[in-house]
Amino acid sequence: MTLLAAAGLNKRFGGVVAAKDVRFALNAGEMLAIIGPNGAGKSTTFNMVGGQLRPDSGRVLLAGQDITGLPPREVCRLGVGRTFQVAQTFLSMTVAQNVQMALIAHAGRTRELVSRAEALYRAQAVALLGKVGMAADADRPIGELAYGDVKRVELAIALAASPRLLLMDEPTAGMAPRERASLMQLTAGIAREEGIGVLFTEHDMDAVFAHADRILVLVRGEVIAEGTPEEVRANEQVKRVYLGTTGHKAALRARRAAHV
Amino acid sequence: MSDTVLQVEQLAAGYGPAEVLFGVALVLRRGEVAALMGRNGAGKSTTLKTIMGLLPPRAGRVRLAGQDITGWAPYRIARLGLGYVPEERRIFTDLTVAENLEVGRRPAQPGREAWTPEKLFAIFPNLAEMRRRRASAMSGGEQQMLTIARTLMGNPDAVLLDEPSEGLAPVIVELMAEAVLRMKEEGIAVLLSEQNLDFAAAVADRAYVIEKGSIRFQGSMAALEADEAIRQAYLTV
Amino acid sequence: MDAGFLLVQSLSGLASASSLFIIASGLTLVFGVTRIVNFAHGSFYMLGAYMAVTVVPWLLEIERSPWLFFVGVLISAAVVGLLGVAMELLLLRRIYKVPELFQLLATFGVVLMVQDAVLKIWGPVDITGPRAPGLRHGVEIMGQRFPAYELFLICAGPAVLGALWLLMHRTRFGVLIRAATRDREMVGALGVNQAMLFTGTLFLGAFLAGLGGALQIPRVSASAQMDLSIITEVFVVTVIGGMGSVTGAFLAAVLIGQLQAFGVLVFPKITLVLVFLLMAVVLVVKPWGLLGKPEPAAGRATLPEGILHPRGFALPEKLLAALAVAAALAVPVFGDAYAVKVATEVLVFALAAFSLHFLVGNGGIVSFGHAAYFGLGAYASGLLVVRLGVPMEPALLVAPVAGAAFAFLFGFFVVRLSGIYLAMLTLAFAQIAYAVCFQWVEVTGGDNGLVGVWPSAWATSRHVYHYIVAAGAIAGIVALRHVIYAPFGATLRAARDSAPRADAIGIDVRTHQLLGFTMAGGAAGLAGGLYAFSKGSIDPTMLAIPMSVDFLAMILLGGIQTVMGAVVGAGAFHAIKDIFMPLTDYWRFLLGASIIALVLLFPRGLGGAFASVRARVAAEPARA
Repeated sequence: MTLLAAAGLNKRFGGVVAAKDVRFALNAGEMLAIIGPNGAGKSTTFNMVGGQLRPDSGRVLLAGQDITGLPPREVCRLGVGRTFQVAQTFLSMTVAQNVQMALIAHAGRTRELVSRAEALYRAQAVALLGKVGMAADADRPIGELAYGDVKRVELAIALAASPRLLLMDEPTAGMAPRERASLMQLTAGIAREEGIGVLFTEHDMDAVFAHADRILVLVRGEVIAEGTPEEVRANEQVKRVYLGTTGHKAALRARRAAHV
Repeated sequence: MSDTVLQVEQLAAGYGPAEVLFGVALVLRRGEVAALMGRNGAGKSTTLKTIMGLLPPRAGRVRLAGQDITGWAPYRIARLGLGYVPEERRIFTDLTVAENLEVGRRPAQPGREAWTPEKLFAIFPNLAEMRRRRASAMSGGEQQMLTIARTLMGNPDAVLLDEPSEGLAPVIVELMAEAVLRMKEEGIAVLLSEQNLDFAAAVADRAYVIEKGSIRFQGSMAALEADEAIRQAYLTV
Repeated sequence: MDAGFLLVQSLSGLASASSLFIIASGLTLVFGVTRIVNFAHGSFYMLGAYMAVTVVPWLLEIERSPWLFFVGVLISAAVVGLLGVAMELLLLRRIYKVPELFQLLATFGVVLMVQDAVLKIWGPVDITGPRAPGLRHGVEIMGQRFPAYELFLICAGPAVLGALWLLMHRTRFGVLIRAATRDREMVGALGVNQAMLFTGTLFLGAFLAGLGGALQIPRVSASAQMDLSIITEVFVVTVIGGMGSVTGAFLAAVLIGQLQAFGVLVFPKITLVLVFLLMAVVLVVKPWGLLGKPEPAAGRATLPEGILHPRGFALPEKLLAALAVAAALAVPVFGDAYAVKVATEVLVFALAAFSLHFLVGNGGIVSFGHAAYFGLGAYASGLLVVRLGVPMEPALLVAPVAGAAFAFLFGFFVVRLSGIYLAMLTLAFAQIAYAVCFQWVEVTGGDNGLVGVWPSAWATSRHVYHYIVAAGAIAGIVALRHVIYAPFGATLRAARDSAPRADAIGIDVRTHQLLGFTMAGGAAGLAGGLYAFSKGSIDPTMLAIPMSVDFLAMILLGGIQTVMGAVVGAGAFHAIKDIFMPLTDYWRFLLGASIIALVLLFPRGLGGAFASVRARVAAEPARA
């Protein structure tokens, strides 16, 4: 079943086209990676789905419901969890409190004045932390954790809203090499087990090719290829985007010869 | 004096809790062009920023012209002869082309001929036509040339060039390559970060490949071009 | 109204716009480069006027020439410029990297020190300056007489704008300043020594403030109140124009000058309100002012400057709290009348400071005008009692309602902004409230305020009233403290720590911040009401800037990271003020110096000291 559908998304910033007729679909339990060079429109696409940006035209459908242009908090309430390129957590809180805060927000209890926040949803929070392997650190201030562990906690925060869809913007950026694979494995495991769809952007090709079910390649705001990792790997046009055009290569060689 | 301009040892750095560099080591020799290759997010820009003092190193040493400059303020590093061209260009958009060059102006070292706007306009003819124009009204390629020209006005011995071909039209990329080779002819050592193998191959003598914050390959540019395995592993899809 | 009258009215608007612009251009230049909003800019203006009333008459003794008048004005401005250099070298240089709240407080410390220095050097009596030779006459314009000096001022503003334009575009120094305004870091990476650039900018900024002050001497006499009255207007001009934009400041000054000149004809009572209204509207439509540009993104997450992890009380803290409550209750039994008075005031300020801490420390909303809600609560109660004869009990209940209502009204605009713009807007709203209380003489009694705000018969004794205050203050503090630990308090901290994350987990950040702002306003209003009946009178100083700064100093002294720090800070601050004020004529100087010392040496306050002692004690057994 189609969980997320983007239909003809367009976005311009001034004269620059950041997204041009971007369309894709994502099924429940599936991991879809968006890759492409810097400035290709990955973040723009991502933010149009997450509600940070409103597309100039086109629609975003979540399980058939139109969520185009809704603010992030509304998008969240409809079952979309998100992690950021640079982890965004509540630095003054402990690991468990970060997750508890997400659970409180999910339950719509943020305006309560009487109960004690610390005591709410503690068990659920620890259970979620258990899922990402962070239960033992529940009571440490989040600022003390290694960055890779912060990213895991962020995943637990995103899972607190029992999402149908996870949006992960460069999930492994800033992590030490060996932490990366384990975070992606963890995410993939949870997604498949719980039938959560995952849309992620990534620069680490190991992460992309090892874990994505399908890959979307964006260049200058346009989808130039889409398919399984094997298909994308074999796609000549994609190769060219990363290696540069042959004509261009020849031109550069010629320049060099002229200077020797 | 030895022929090493810049020497980086076991450099570690990052942003907030995020670690990006894990013990980067490299050298830049007098008058050569070296390319720091790697994918997006591999740590290229962070390496250059840390060398320039824009990001505090968490461990390691940086030596410029034999002096230990680890932890120095960027302006002191610049005055010692290291130029920096950032990836995001960071042109002063409210200023005209001529004013942008003025900000970069520093006296040349004794016995060396100083760069002047006229000399730079000879290399970048487009800029000459728009000396009085605001930088915000320039195209991306013109801005990129301006950043290089602005840095040369400081009469550096070595220049850090962050992703010079990023997001530029092929014809501008060629001009960029020409500019790098001109710098080399003038005796300026260049350390450039690059994803584009063709561009690097066209200008660089030696290459480093960085992946996930550490150097995975170093050798001549020709050796890198010949090494299919390394290229497959770190530079392509 | 005939055309001549309107023209003259418009011209006088332009004359004040010119003066305002000259001063504001300095503030906006300094902000553009250093990113510090310098409260002491008003002090530089005042010093310019005082220097001029000293130097110019002395020069005119030599010869009554217009040239010597202006030479004197320039000398005064240059001296003030050098004072700006001194301030940069001694203070600003050390606070470029500290949070905005601390920067504002430190520069306000300078304001206090300069006030006393001025009183010491020039005495408390206003000094009238000489008029400019050759410009003392009036000029006939369409049948109306218009002072020649005002015409000169109208030209002075554009002349300064032109001179600044030349400086900024035709000199290397100016080009560097403009470059640094956009990207300081890149200027450094190109080999420019920022320290020198900043010092030079401070000279220029202070010079312009001094020039603005010196040019005023034929119009207004130099007085020790000039600094704070001008600084709010200048803040408004720079904020409307866009902080860092000189041209924007010029536009805003002209706009405000005309608004005032014609507003006075239509709404004579509320011209000031019009000005602030203009600012609120501009900021809601263009959050960075007319020609301002958004601050470059702050980038990486840093630990917030505020309450970190609020732990419950451990045993020693429970004992301390019990002891404090017991002491507050025991004062009427053991203490004399003076002790009771002091204890009552400490309780009132503890509640007010705690309500501000709820905003600043817990919510990260740096309000620079919290005295507004304190004062409006007081005025609401006081007006009911004095004008309508309502008894104390219901009047006291209205105080928190009034505080909350105004906080909701102002907060609606405030929570749309962040950082320095938010602080400036809270300050501006406080100044509206101050201006209304000050100017609306028929209702508020103006400068003299209201007298006869006495408690009901049963509560007139100091002792009984002390218990009423104790009940109100302690209940207020306990309730707010409880909220800090409740989901709502945690939500405010969450929004402060990371707005994107809060948004992404489904929190409506603005609405929560507005509710928090309202709650804090209510508590401050209650404190104000309690204070009014304890003094028996109210006056506009209750909602003036120094009162807001006192509250901020209290929470800073108490320790911004601890929950109860504000309460301790209120007690300590009041005690210090009470002990030192009678001892010296220069208490403001001391207070200013203490605030600066606090920011520089002791930024975690008493609470921070307590926490580190406790951490050391806790670590002791581990080491053994």
